[in-house]
Amino acid sequence: MEVTLSSLWATYLERSAKFWLLTREHFLLLVVLPVTMAAAVAIPLGILASKQRWIQVTSLAFANLMQTIPSLALLAILIALGAGIGNKPAIIALFLYSLLPILRNTYTGIKNVDNALLEAARGMGMTATQILIMVELPLAFPVIMAGIRTAAVICVGLATLAAFVGGGGLGDFIVTGLGMVNNNLTLLGAIPAAVMALLLDYILGKLEYWLTPRGLRI
Amino acid sequence: MVKFENVSKVYSPGTYAVRSLNLEIAKGELVVLVGPSGCGKTTTLKMVNRLIEPTMGRIFINGQDIRYVNPAKLRRQIGYVIQQIGLFPHMTIAQNVGLVLRLLNVPKKERDKRVDALLEMVGFDPKIYRNRYPRELSGGQQQRIGVLRALAADPEIILMDEPFGALDPITREQLQDELKKLQNSLHKTIIFVTHDMDEAIKLADRIVVMREGEIVQVGTPEELLRNPANDFIREFIGKKRFLRSPEEVLVAEIMVEDPVTGHPEVGAAEAFQRMQRHQVNSMLVVDERGILKGILTLRGVQKGIQSGERKKAGELMEPVTETVTPHETVLAAARYMAKSKYGLLPVVDERGILKGLLTNASLINTLVDVLWPAEEIDPKGEDKNGSNSIELMGNLS
Repeated sequence: MEVTLSSLWATYLERSAKFWLLTREHFLLLVVLPVTMAAAVAIPLGILASKQRWIQVTSLAFANLMQTIPSLALLAILIALGAGIGNKPAIIALFLYSLLPILRNTYTGIKNVDNALLEAARGMGMTATQILIMVELPLAFPVIMAGIRTAAVICVGLATLAAFVGGGGLGDFIVTGLGMVNNNLTLLGAIPAAVMALLLDYILGKLEYWLTPRGLRI
Repeated sequence: MVKFENVSKVYSPGTYAVRSLNLEIAKGELVVLVGPSGCGKTTTLKMVNRLIEPTMGRIFINGQDIRYVNPAKLRRQIGYVIQQIGLFPHMTIAQNVGLVLRLLNVPKKERDKRVDALLEMVGFDPKIYRNRYPRELSGGQQQRIGVLRALAADPEIILMDEPFGALDPITREQLQDELKKLQNSLHKTIIFVTHDMDEAIKLADRIVVMREGEIVQVGTPEELLRNPANDFIREFIGKKRFLRSPEEVLVAEIMVEDPVTGHPEVGAAEAFQRMQRHQVNSMLVVDERGILKGILTLRGVQKGIQSGERKKAGELMEPVTETVTPHETVLAAARYMAKSKYGLLPVVDERGILKGLLTNASLINTLVDVLWPAEEIDPKGEDKNGSNSIELMGNLS
């Protein structure tokens, strides 16, 4: 089937309502939600990992393991484990994939804080909590933010696979398009997903810069 | 003020970082702990603010056993300056300096006032520097801020762990001078760790020399220089440092051994060139046997050249009235020097053969070296500079 700009446009007009629905679903349900959940778990875990060796070893091992399971296989495993089909297994899988970059970056960011600063902080009479909040987290912030950004971009791509288990999102067009050998439909899913990944990367990059304390900006 | 009672720190059984240390530091005293690396000086320092806990013994601050003081609380009352400076890069200069005040819940307004006063005290314009970030400052400036940060809460005690060790020699010297000036007006109790004996001698009211976790000798810089307890200290201080009075130092030890000389037959122009080349304003005229004949000054040479005649050094020179022999003392030399109208003193032996030259500068250097530590010990030495900063500190603390 020939794909032209106008045929693509026609495909879009045909299903514009569904297109925006899927895009919103893709972004909110399959990217924002799992990444936010992953951040909520991985940042505290990364902080604990930087303080406790055993937490570091076990949590990083777990997150690494998740990352090594092929994405479709992970979806299959989740269904087999009783997560059912639809959004749920997809969100869980994306959450698991997002853990590693955020966890690793949080851990590394905190571990990389200069020892001299920690000694100065301790010597000035800061408590461990004060050191964490006033010194370690602000200094680790750009690295943690970079981890979130990586996770988000990975999610946008992986989320297209969610359609295989009925998870919705732009993958729906791709999967249907592939099944119907309708390249226009496939591209109607694939192109916006790619654009979303690029845009998200750009916006989060800007956000990272603006939220970085001024003294640390390069 | 600070008292160590039988303090030991054992890291692994049998290896003492510090062994049965007893030391009492008076209020307002600047005590320097000095010794080679691994002598336990930093461990000793860090036990005062409980960054390191002693294995045995007790440490008292104002009579209170610090084991029973909450470490964070204790540290907020003790200034702490480290070699790596450790300013927080994500905070402005003002935030860095005011940090301990913030930990102590001092209201922001008061904090800002105090920070500005401190910045002004060491010559930083608050308007310019308040909102700068550490990386915008040079190393020397950063450590000045590091010192201010330690002073911010007006602590009685300040611990300094090789604070100037990472700075270049010129900056280091400047900061040492500033610290001395500051101390002359603030009279803090300062414990200062260094491995640099020169720094110790320059700054200390009292020096504690340590080796292998034990105190080898405690004394004022002068006591240490005059009566080093043993060979270790003698070596550590360095031989040339030892105090000798001016009547003990001989001219031969400090004279310039190869002064600029010329034969009486040398022409005026050549003599002029020679002086220029060596950047001196006079030349000693010596005959072929090495006997001193006179001194040719720059002015003499110029006169000779201006006269247009081909005059020689022998004709232009002036007689030397004051000379000294190599085995006379520096004190005697100083007396002759006072009478010499050239600001220099040729050194000749009994036969009149030139051996060397004493200049005003070399003589003054020697005398200053000999007298200097005693002068530096005088606590009232430099009070003039500090008076307005006392007021500043007083108003705000």
